[in-house]
Amino acid sequence: MKKSPGMNSSLNAARPDFALIAAWVKPGSKVLDLGCGDGSLIRFLRDSRGSRGYGVEIDDANVLACFNNGVNVIQSDLESGLQSFESGSFDYVVLSQTLQAVKNTENIIKEMLRVSKEGIVSFPNFGYWKNRLQVLSGHMPVSEALPYQWFDTPNIHNCTLGDFEEFCGQHGARILERRVMSGNYQITFMPNLLGMLAFYRFEQQK
Amino acid sequence: MLMQDSNSFNTVTPQVARFDTPLHLKSGAVLDSYELVYETYGELNAARSNAVLVCHALSGNHHLAGLYDDNPKSAGWWNNMIGPGKSIDTQKFFVIGVNNLGGCHGSTGPASIDVRTGKCYGPNFPVVTVEDWIQTQVRLADYLGIDQFAAVTGGSLGGMQALQWTLDFPERVRHALVIAAAAKLTAQNIAFNDVARQAIITDPDFHGGDYYSHGVIPRRGLRLARMLGHITYLSDDSMAAKFGRELRNGALAFGYDVEFEIESYLRYQGDKFASQFDANTYLLMTKALDYFDPAFQHNNDLSAAFRFAKANFLVLSFTTDWRFSPERSRAIVRALLDNELNVSYAEITSSHGHDSFLMEDRHYHRLVRAYMDNVVV
Repeated sequence: MKKSPGMNSSLNAARPDFALIAAWVKPGSKVLDLGCGDGSLIRFLRDSRGSRGYGVEIDDANVLACFNNGVNVIQSDLESGLQSFESGSFDYVVLSQTLQAVKNTENIIKEMLRVSKEGIVSFPNFGYWKNRLQVLSGHMPVSEALPYQWFDTPNIHNCTLGDFEEFCGQHGARILERRVMSGNYQITFMPNLLGMLAFYRFEQQK
Repeated sequence: MLMQDSNSFNTVTPQVARFDTPLHLKSGAVLDSYELVYETYGELNAARSNAVLVCHALSGNHHLAGLYDDNPKSAGWWNNMIGPGKSIDTQKFFVIGVNNLGGCHGSTGPASIDVRTGKCYGPNFPVVTVEDWIQTQVRLADYLGIDQFAAVTGGSLGGMQALQWTLDFPERVRHALVIAAAAKLTAQNIAFNDVARQAIITDPDFHGGDYYSHGVIPRRGLRLARMLGHITYLSDDSMAAKFGRELRNGALAFGYDVEFEIESYLRYQGDKFASQFDANTYLLMTKALDYFDPAFQHNNDLSAAFRFAKANFLVLSFTTDWRFSPERSRAIVRALLDNELNVSYAEITSSHGHDSFLMEDRHYHRLVRAYMDNVVV
């Protein structure tokens, strides 16, 4: 295990996943964050990478939080696509810990590849050993990365690293880079077993 | 010129600015001179950087907030939004409301005296457009010593003016709050406007628009126009919730007098409006709405229309607004995104239809407050 890059500032320490994504984003680029929550990733990328960002968010309270954070946000439902956004109009589209909650997974990946040069996706790895143990013991996993009970979880499309990589291959997405994390640490050894959160950077297969 | 506004129940006073430089209108007509009536709230700061222009909709005017002579019935049309400590906070901003040229609340309009003839302009008052209004508002800004507005805002036709500001004077507006607006009217919208105009024009008391000299007003036409308009400003749901099929007197009367509560309400609204508003102004305002289409001169490419815009935008729509539907606002947002402008968009859940932009709504007012809090002055 090695510590992930850029862990010095308190902001980075607060959200190591943000720091990891920021390390992939070239300075001054244009970023779209799907399911942007209160806009803190966009704000982080703006402050740390000088990126110009827009968020997409459906929840009223989150949209208000984005306004308070001074972040550009477009209130809309991801499930109905990204019609507001011109093809190829972004350098990066980020789907941060939202993939597993999206209904139409195939469409969202297709739309990401349409509007942007590169896609960045992060999701909780269902193949993480603690999850496997819980399933083996006869229960659906509940953990830091998957904090819900089976009956109230928004996560309808959980997957493992292996699943996602296979999916990308089948859907014209070429993986450019992968990072796997467990807490504040980057995992390089047996990532599908030891990794809690997975990060991928990908582009349209040429 | 500046006004104290220590709470929302103080007394405000309209002021008049006179302009004697000829105004060349989009139609080709020229107005040699005209007056604009306006109100201000809050104080212009030393840097003159905190001015907010609020543009009004079809039947609105310059009286945005506060009261006249402490009369609680005289509250301005956006009193719930503008005031000390409110979403558009007059402790931070210097807010200006202006009655548009062609209006009937004090600015030069069809009911004003044309000095060349000594009579009311009536039908001879030129048709004015949103672009023309921006020209007059810019002159008012010059008159008040404001080089750049912190924000220009408005709902409906007022939102259209905010959009036009960012196109015509990109250097003079930092933020545009475009609420319940559209980049152009649909055929259905123009159709509603034309029925309203026909109701007025075919009223026997209209006299070709020169009803002033006959000592009458086309009351029936104006009343019908307002009744029709009013239906389109509400939603099916809000009308059902408010009136349903309630009967005035509990039983059917098998006649044509008021029976259902909704009839009573609409007739009341129509009567009230017809006694307060000038019919020629109504015609003129609906035309300004119909003509608004900034994309037209760019081969109907709205993105091209915004190429030189610089402002930051807030676009708001309301879920039950079918007159200026969320889809119309999303089209604006798309054009702004195409130009990589700063834009935020929220679709507010509300049952009140197009009129939602005037209503007190916690989430709506919080959004505006949050946005305005981040406006640097």
